Amino acid sequence: MPKARLATVSLAGCFGCHMSLLDLDEALFELAELVEVDRSPLTDIRTMNDCDIGFIEGGCANEDNVHVARLFRKKCRLVCAVGACAVTGGIPALRNNIPLAELLATSYLQDVVDPGIPNDPELPMLLDKVYPIHEVIRVDHTLPGCPPSAQAIALFVKQLLAHEPVSLPYKELHYD
Amino acid sequence: MRFVIDGMTIEAQAGDTILTACRRAGYYIPHLCFHGDLPAQGNCRLCLVESKGRLLPSCLTKVTDGMEVASATEQLHTLRLRLTQMLFVEGNHICPSCEASGNCMLQALGYRLGLLDNHYPQFFPRRPLDASHPQMILDFNRCIQCQLCVRASDQLDQKHAFVVAGRGGEAHITASSSNGQLGSTSFAATDHAAGICPVGVFLGKGVGYVTPIGERRYDRADIAQAGDRNA
Ligand code: SF4
Ligand code: SF4
Repeated sequence: MPKARLATVSLAGCFGCHMSLLDLDEALFELAELVEVDRSPLTDIRTMNDCDIGFIEGGCANEDNVHVARLFRKKCRLVCAVGACAVTGGIPALRNNIPLAELLATSYLQDVVDPGIPNDPELPMLLDKVYPIHEVIRVDHTLPGCPPSAQAIALFVKQLLAHEPVSLPYKELHYD
Repeated sequence: MRFVIDGMTIEAQAGDTILTACRRAGYYIPHLCFHGDLPAQGNCRLCLVESKGRLLPSCLTKVTDGMEVASATEQLHTLRLRLTQMLFVEGNHICPSCEASGNCMLQALGYRLGLLDNHYPQFFPRRPLDASHPQMILDFNRCIQCQLCVRASDQLDQKHAFVVAGRGGEAHITASSSNGQLGSTSFAATDHAAGICPVGVFLGKGVGYVTPIGERRYDRADIAQAGDRNA
């Protein structure tokens, strides 16, 4: 059986979900028999081929996140929101009920030396809120958890590859 | 008196609702706004069951002899899942930053129903914290408006420390004082109302994370076995 191609990315996340994937330790060898890793922080490949599965960690906090999420939708047969932030917005979404202007003013204008809101063309514009991935693109599967455990991620991948419905044992389903 | 639920025969006493009879018999029906010490109010709708093709809140429906009831159906599972997802998106439930995580009945219900996503767009409402009381913080971001605190303070503590303010989508729970702050009521951390919240609104000051995340009530067992956190 040819290996499935897997792309992964961390948007408005903390890389915790990627760390959890690495937590598979020696089981990573088993996973490497099943998937070829395409674009991912783990390979440091920046270009992207057509993939079978795309894992998105983190929600969309800025315009670059939206661009990457849309690219994943175009290139991946199955797009998966992995981890609490991708699924619900998570910790970064704690800012969501405070207007952006108020947040920027508090961070960059009040009580700081040399006040000024960063405005370099290299910096992606912030969105008004942090959006869960399914509010930006269509998502095929979700895996909650902050982060999902290594075992949950491995099981999730196996179920996707076997075209089985995603179903986690009680101990592996977590929102924290 | 007897009735049948999901093919099982259960004994009921005069005046029992379907939910109270099932609870006594140890048969779990999902619920969030029900508490055994208070009259049922039918707010959350999670305890809906089906009888003769009609959906009925089991916390308010009296048992009649020989009635046939279904709770574990696919239709009811889907309805309960959607209701739970609505409760999640309506507030700000950021479980990784919540002290109640692992002890929370909303979360436990999500686990039991196999909830993997919130399905609906998030509301991300702006809700205030009330840290005015010396012993307790209220984080209304997590309130599901079950009104258990309101009812417990009224009926068990005789204090009327909480009230529902606003209407429709603006309805919310607040402290019942002229400035709307808990510190200006006679509420005490030993009140029944302090321990009855099914989710993570009431947070004791000066304590936290006594039991580590991962070892808490609903980390160890499903809510049907582990029971209600506010029981
Ligand atoms: S109250 Fe429950 S569902 Fe809400 S954030 Fe806390 S643990 Fe999660
Ligand atoms: S604060 Fe807790 S007990 Fe009171 S209405 Fe909200 S969820 Fe229910």
